[in-house]
Amino acid sequence: MRFAFTEDQLLFRDAVRDALAKEAGPDHLRAAWEAPTAAPFGDRKVWSTLADMGVLGLTVPEAHGGMGMNELDLVLLLEETGRVALPEPIVETVAVAAPLLAAVAPAELQAEWLPRIAAGDAVIAYRSATQPLVLGADAADLLIVDGGDGLVAVPGHALHLERQTSVDGARRLFAATWTPSDAVVLGPGSAAATAFDRGALGSAAQLLGLAQHLLDVTVGYVKQREQFGVPIGSFQAVKHHLADALLQLEFARPVVYRAAYSMAHGLDTRSRDVSMAKCYASDAATFVARQALQCHGAIAYTVEYDLHLWMKRVWALSASWGDAAFHRERVAIDVLGS
Amino acid sequence: MDLTFGDEDEAFRAECRAWLAANVPAAPLPSGDTSDGFAQHVEWEKLLFADRWSVVSWPEEYGGRGASLWQWLIFEEEYYRAGAPQRVTQNGIFLLAPTFFEFGTQEQKDHYLPRMAAADDLWCQGWSEPNAGSDLAGITSRAVRDEAMGGWRLTGQKTWTTRGAFCTDLFGLFRTDPEASRHKGLTYFLVPLDTEGVTVRGVGRLDGDEGFAEVFFEDAFVPDANILGDVHQGWGVAMATTSSERGLTLRSPGRFMAATARLVDLYRRHGATGGATLRDQVIQAWMDAEAYQLYTLRDVTDIVEGRSPGARSSLNKLWWSEMDVRIHEAALGLLGPLGELVDDAPDAVDAGAWMKGFQFSLSGPIYAGTNEIQRNIVAERVLGLPRK
Repeated sequence: MRFAFTEDQLLFRDAVRDALAKEAGPDHLRAAWEAPTAAPFGDRKVWSTLADMGVLGLTVPEAHGGMGMNELDLVLLLEETGRVALPEPIVETVAVAAPLLAAVAPAELQAEWLPRIAAGDAVIAYRSATQPLVLGADAADLLIVDGGDGLVAVPGHALHLERQTSVDGARRLFAATWTPSDAVVLGPGSAAATAFDRGALGSAAQLLGLAQHLLDVTVGYVKQREQFGVPIGSFQAVKHHLADALLQLEFARPVVYRAAYSMAHGLDTRSRDVSMAKCYASDAATFVARQALQCHGAIAYTVEYDLHLWMKRVWALSASWGDAAFHRERVAIDVLGS
Repeated sequence: MDLTFGDEDEAFRAECRAWLAANVPAAPLPSGDTSDGFAQHVEWEKLLFADRWSVVSWPEEYGGRGASLWQWLIFEEEYYRAGAPQRVTQNGIFLLAPTFFEFGTQEQKDHYLPRMAAADDLWCQGWSEPNAGSDLAGITSRAVRDEAMGGWRLTGQKTWTTRGAFCTDLFGLFRTDPEASRHKGLTYFLVPLDTEGVTVRGVGRLDGDEGFAEVFFEDAFVPDANILGDVHQGWGVAMATTSSERGLTLRSPGRFMAATARLVDLYRRHGATGGATLRDQVIQAWMDAEAYQLYTLRDVTDIVEGRSPGARSSLNKLWWSEMDVRIHEAALGLLGPLGELVDDAPDAVDAGAWMKGFQFSLSGPIYAGTNEIQRNIVAERVLGLPRK
């Protein structure tokens, strides 16, 4: 029994954290809000950096130029992408698409796409059966679609897109249509369940990072903001809000890590464990965001202060890949019966 | 990361499980917070001790098995899964013993620990006073030096002393230097309750059991040998104990996983008409216990590898105490109008155990440092917010 990450996993996490802090700071996030539709990721510098570090190829098999690693290696890195509210569809590309392609796609599709993913030369979007809108579709080189009865892939250039504006301006959501003859069969629909679990786990990890950032910023703020001649962080009402925020976040964290372990080891309980993770991460991040706003007061109720960028991502992501209620019920069906 | 136990640990689990299956009383014992029930629980403790299950994590020389922290968690999980009796010795075993191990002299450890393991000495805690609860450093019970006798004379009052009316000994803080500032000048004493000048009065708790006591001291003499740690250093000694109380040693995850397993069972029997809200409460409680287990596994990994959780033990206490209330609220929700039935009511479900448990759970956010105090600790010592 050892519920901790390896030294290597932690070092990789630290390296990714440093790189993202340098290259994917608030400017990068604000740029994603302001970018015109066709160029969502600026010069793709951040995407290239993540490729160079091996993050984009982490789940790509070694034979295709990746690292052939699993959810347990990925979860801390996705948490870091949440910490900076990374706008790029990394969960879709790395957590969902790459392992899905590697598991079910015909050999020629694997050979075409997996090396490109690892090299940072491809963005893959994903449309699940329960979530019809596609994140990052305008930047996608390939869209994978769970049609319910089978998985198909559509080249990005063949997509007809209609923008659906999200409260989070950095989330580029689209309704996508295509001519059926442009779609190629990727694999059986049975693989979609695992893909969905991976997406839910990936977004749960990002929610942890988002919540951690919101809490860190708020703790910093209440230490320096003074009212009545003292820092507002010295007031018990404020302390208790933030203690509660930390409580929810710290208890969600091991739940998410355990789900990554269950997925990586293919445990029978993996879908239930992922649902518990997404349920806790969604609830915790939503709660932390609420406390963050309240403890800041009016300054956080503006778009001139950056907090809203993270808060809006939390609102969007907590409801993506199944919200807390959806996943709570999935656990309930398993434990209590339907 | 490896979330499986090794062969040795699984063998330990199998041994626990077999012993418990053979020895746990078929019918629940009467409440250990009553005079009769307490005596029966002490008999149970002696049975545990006879087969070396009373203090599994202690060294063998004191009656334990030298079990690892992991094995202790396994023992607790099996213990509560088996529906074994409440541990009326727990304040000694889980709160005082760790303090002995850290601060006790060899003579004290040799004398007290085996007697505690064997349930010969039954310990209660003497922290709170009528005017010092959350503000523990405000205690006024005092100890005055008696040079001629080689000891101290205790005067004052302790209160909310769990099972004080049935225990044999009390550990607690007394002010030995009235001139010193609040946290200084306190000393940690070990007091036999049959000492002349000590009077114990039982107090009925919320559930009606005489589980509380007030303890009065009038010039009660205790020798120097009954001081744990150094004179005037009692605050630091006591804090070592209170962090045990907040942390996992008092409330292992096994206890709550067993409770939510019973809750799921109750849902199967009584949940059919409960509706979606109750279903959500039941599954949330089940998940919360599982989350506590996971949090603990991470905590224990940290402890085993030398990373101290420190003030984070306050998070732990917030979680289990508030979860315990929610578990019981969900159960009472499932029971609806049957929930109020207790004791010998013919229609009481599970002999009224859920209402009893609910009332007990309400003490969790109060004892071992109220949850308001815990939130202050988390904010100040984990998040680093200013004290003033």
